[in-house]
Amino acid sequence: MEYIIEVEDLNVYFDELHILKNINIKIPKNAVTSLIGPSGCGKSTFIRTLNRMNDLISTFRRDGTVLLDGENIYNPKVDVVNLRKRVGMVFQKPNPFPKSIFDNVAYGLRVHGINDKDVLAQKVEEALKSAALWEEVENILEKSAMGLSGGQQQRLCIARTIAVEPDVILMDEPCSALDPISTTKIEDLIHKLKKDYTIIIVTHNMQQATRVSKYTAFFLHGEIVESGKTDQIFLEPTDNRTEDYITGRFG
Amino acid sequence: MSRWTEEYFIEKGLLLTAISSIIIIGLIIIFIFKEGIPAIQSYGFFNFVFGMNWSPSEGQYGVFPMIIGSLGITLLSLLMAVPLGLLCAIFLAEVAPARMRKVLNPTLQTLAGIPSVVYGFFGLILLVPFMRAQFGGTGFSMFTASVILTVMILPIIVSVSEDALRSIPHEYKEASLALGATHWQTIKNVIFPAAIPGVITSVILGMGRAVGETLAIIMVAGNVVQIPGSIFDPVRALTSNIAIEMGYATGIHYNALFATGIVLIFMIIVLLIIANYLHYKKKVTIGGGYL
Repeated sequence: MEYIIEVEDLNVYFDELHILKNINIKIPKNAVTSLIGPSGCGKSTFIRTLNRMNDLISTFRRDGTVLLDGENIYNPKVDVVNLRKRVGMVFQKPNPFPKSIFDNVAYGLRVHGINDKDVLAQKVEEALKSAALWEEVENILEKSAMGLSGGQQQRLCIARTIAVEPDVILMDEPCSALDPISTTKIEDLIHKLKKDYTIIIVTHNMQQATRVSKYTAFFLHGEIVESGKTDQIFLEPTDNRTEDYITGRFG
Repeated sequence: MSRWTEEYFIEKGLLLTAISSIIIIGLIIIFIFKEGIPAIQSYGFFNFVFGMNWSPSEGQYGVFPMIIGSLGITLLSLLMAVPLGLLCAIFLAEVAPARMRKVLNPTLQTLAGIPSVVYGFFGLILLVPFMRAQFGGTGFSMFTASVILTVMILPIIVSVSEDALRSIPHEYKEASLALGATHWQTIKNVIFPAAIPGVITSVILGMGRAVGETLAIIMVAGNVVQIPGSIFDPVRALTSNIAIEMGYATGIHYNALFATGIVLIFMIIVLLIIANYLHYKKKVTIGGGYL
């Protein structure tokens, strides 16, 4: 099997707080991997380590390596801007820019130097189609994105992310602020996208993990307790703590 | 006292205080108009507003050069203070390390609190000789006054804009960086545009102070009633005109000074309407009514 991300002995600290402890995990390419675990266990911190968003926090420290296609992303020579282009991110709360729908999707393209109107229009359309949003917005592309519903906004954020053609998409609880119908649409979308992208999704919803992902990792108190195929984690967990969590005994 | 009557009295009390501030402003405006209108009536509205000659001893009361003076000083100082202030605000809100901010912010607040006469005195002693040496003439000029005003309104523009930039949700910044934008691209394309309504407010406040400033301008602008041929010529502002001549004005001259005040009020109202319109328009276009 081909792995796109390999994390070796990763430790993350905020000041003196030891958030992630000795994380070792390999993320398979072009598949969906779920990260589950109770609140505060370090799932979000972990995925934000993968596109170096934690760099924004002044107290962040880490050791260990994160390899993307065999290259350590924490190597000082790595261009963070380029890394984030390859590893896109969808946040918990839909966060479109206060701009038009078109400009939201075109934003990433423009900052990477694409200004040709026809190319932009074509790429925006493709991205919105991939994100299953095109039919709902094709006539209101110039309207503010703030007028869309929460579910539409989240799909717009996914469209915005895939417009820059990343290899990996990180999703930090993308459905936690959405209603069940919007959640279903996002899950369908994830199924559609997994052909072309590696998706890592943090979720609190265990059913969602079983529905969308082929692989699952269970985090607890900053450690990975168990990781592997989703079926195996949910049907025959090897660790008692995993079993306790997925059967709802805690968390 | 029942809960209902207590509520009633508190609400009416608040209403009364709110209304009283309006009444006070209303009375002041009525007084200014009552004293100023006779001059405009006897000298003629058109002659007064567009007249080029102000010499009370000869019965000439044209304020047009001073309208140009006030507008010129204000716009010139905004031209310098707005870019400078915005860059400074961006630096403070986005770039400066926390420790530096802890020093710079109180410094700016202190600058905002220095009385205008001190700025004027500083300008008179240091800036006027400097301008004389650099650009010739007397050193008293529209430009000198604008430089002093720039320093005076800078703290307002910086602190209000900085607050506006800082209040932009962190999610926007994260979203932009996560798409691979650089920090500067994020500031330029996301944070700053979203903060524009607040930035416009800061410019309105700075402009208000610039139009109304009197003492510092008197001390460095030269106060010659003329339409300046260049920015290095001396000018007189509307505010200065009132302050300089009020001590000895009588009769129609006295009324003409109040009429100058009326012109000043209208000028500020027009500038505020323009600024508020821009503020409102930006808010609607970027927020779609949801921001």
